[in-house]
Amino acid sequence: MDIRQQVRDFLTQRFANVIVSEDNFRDQQSFTIRVDGLFDLCQALYDSDLDIKYLADITSVDWYGDTEEANGRFQVIYNLYSLKFQYRFFLKVRLPADKPEIQSLTPLWNGANWLEREVWDLMGIVFIGHPDLTKILTPDDLEGHPLRRDFPLTYEVPQFSWNKDAPPEVIK
Amino acid sequence: MPEAKTVTLNMGPQHPSTHGVLRVEVELDGETVVKARPVIGYLHTGIEKTMESKLYYKAIPCTDRMDYLAPMSNNLGFCLAVEKLMEIEVPEKVKWARVCLTELTRIASHLVWLGTHALDIGAMSMLLYTFRERELIIDVYEACAGQRMMSTYFRIGGLAHELPRDFEKKIRTILKVIPERMKDYEALLTNNQIFINRTKGVAVISADDAINWSLSGPMLRGSGVKHDLRKANPYSAYEKFDFEIATGTNGDAYDRYLLRLKEIRQSLRIVQQALDGMPEGPYRAHVPGVVLPPKEDVLHKMESMIFHFKIITEGFKAPKGQVYQAIEAPKGELGFFISSDGSNKPNRVRVRPPSFINLAALPALVEGRLFADVVVAIGSIDIVLGEVDR
Amino acid sequence: MGLEERIPDSIILTSLDKMVNWAHKRSMWPLGFGLACCAIEMISTFAAHFDLSRYGMEVMRPSPRQADLMIVAGRVSMKMAPVIKTLYDQMPNPKWVISMGACASCGGVFNNYAILQGVDRIIPVDVYIPGCPPRPEQLMEGILKLQEKLEKESVKDKREEWGRQVV
Repeated sequence: MDIRQQVRDFLTQRFANVIVSEDNFRDQQSFTIRVDGLFDLCQALYDSDLDIKYLADITSVDWYGDTEEANGRFQVIYNLYSLKFQYRFFLKVRLPADKPEIQSLTPLWNGANWLEREVWDLMGIVFIGHPDLTKILTPDDLEGHPLRRDFPLTYEVPQFSWNKDAPPEVIK
Repeated sequence: MPEAKTVTLNMGPQHPSTHGVLRVEVELDGETVVKARPVIGYLHTGIEKTMESKLYYKAIPCTDRMDYLAPMSNNLGFCLAVEKLMEIEVPEKVKWARVCLTELTRIASHLVWLGTHALDIGAMSMLLYTFRERELIIDVYEACAGQRMMSTYFRIGGLAHELPRDFEKKIRTILKVIPERMKDYEALLTNNQIFINRTKGVAVISADDAINWSLSGPMLRGSGVKHDLRKANPYSAYEKFDFEIATGTNGDAYDRYLLRLKEIRQSLRIVQQALDGMPEGPYRAHVPGVVLPPKEDVLHKMESMIFHFKIITEGFKAPKGQVYQAIEAPKGELGFFISSDGSNKPNRVRVRPPSFINLAALPALVEGRLFADVVVAIGSIDIVLGEVDR
Repeated sequence: MGLEERIPDSIILTSLDKMVNWAHKRSMWPLGFGLACCAIEMISTFAAHFDLSRYGMEVMRPSPRQADLMIVAGRVSMKMAPVIKTLYDQMPNPKWVISMGACASCGGVFNNYAILQGVDRIIPVDVYIPGCPPRPEQLMEGILKLQEKLEKESVKDKREEWGRQVV
């Protein structure tokens, strides 16, 4: 039986109440799961014989201003890879706008440390249980989380000969 | 008896051997490193947010500036991700040309790594030799796209222009010259007692630790894990080429040095195969409304001109969904995650930066060792700060 | 030379100026300070193919106390700006600044929250070199222009008042 079906069986047998939906856009298997079941699910995948010991990436998407926001403003996506089967799949979690908190995966994977710090810095999602959740990329005096859709790009209008005497105008 | 206290030393953002603006705060007890904490963000450019405000193919020049030592591999990753999202099938010639140029990029990146790594250890003439070889490869970039470094040659659906007329001649020169010069490098460094003393047993990481820290590229393969995305999940016609994966045994800096030299040789092999078997055909896919038509058609046919105008001003609307495409960049697994909300601009572009994740493992490599090993470890991880900070 | 502060304004010096300017321009020591992609082109210029040591810039000093030319090569982010100002203040007079590349001159490709729109907002710049990244020949042309500018200097000028009006 191929690896895609094996992953699907593993998850539906043991964690059927945590999975919300499955989706196969462009042949990429991804499961949308509930927030509270994430850590146990990842622990079970780590200990299973599917060899899911490689966490490739942790990403976040902000759906502010889109019709999708009704399902939850933030979406955190975990990119898991199996070295033995050379297979990649995704776990997606939706978080509400007023409480963007999720359990940290640093006890399982050391590589999650900096990845979660970056998601906190740029998007503002709090990871409970992270050892050192501080700013990593933005300067210390920048307030706010830059990658959110309501943070402006802060584009400055270039100064030409007709507006060079005024201070530069910032378009938000 | 007073207790011994540790000294906190700052290897600041401006330092000759940190390969850019990396700051490392080291706590030293004598010469032994007790704690090492890298501080990054001095080159944060907000490239991901900039790409959200641009049309899909206008975002390609932003990708060049991330890993600026291997610009064509960034272009390749982004173009493959967008082509996956839009379900565009590119012609065979484009795939082979992309493989050829990406492998040349890998050779150029490893040459710069070799020069700067040897410079940090003390062998200063290696920098001059490797930059001389790199000029040959930059010459090919300039013939293809007109720019020495940030060429932006790969576009969505194909290449920017037709391959130049002297493409084959220039690459055959490279294939003849570089193996000879590689013998010089090996004679200088491989059996050099000083180099061996400084790199053998230094910056060691075991295979299980490497997988747990999510390392990729030569860092992972140096510890013995045989994982290369070109063989595991092939993209862009890599399954038709015959090459070996280089692995190390101990996971120390010396093994990674030998591994990268072997990767240069395997890349030369791939370039030879690509040049010998390059198929004929168009240099862009024909997908009206999405891929820019060739310039000859734009100047002569009406529909091409209309499509050209529409694509340049409005772009194309991508279907709603999220894709991820990973390639094997010289530094590791470079991935592009594009989330589209159905409009002509991407909702979120995320770059999975191999250097950022590899650099996170620096404390595990140097704690408990001598201070001089910090410089060797940073050089052996092969970071480029443009990608770490984006 | 502490002599230049004590010369009154009514004295004209020609041959001394020429000798001092010749010494300045033929043996500048650049500060090894590369930020991003332009740094690689700068290293290529210092390497064997386009050799910069024929202009006297063979020695690249890592410490700002021993350098007199700062080539700001690369994009200046908001977190790095105070560091650059500190480095500039640490360099002893006389000092010159070349802003290499589009990002250092005016913000370049990136016009957003994270990049300082031109390094001349914090330090005075002598020569601007456009390009993304500028070719090694362009960098050499910029250095030659700086040398031309140097020929017009005099020993009596007060270096602290030079430079563009800093915003």
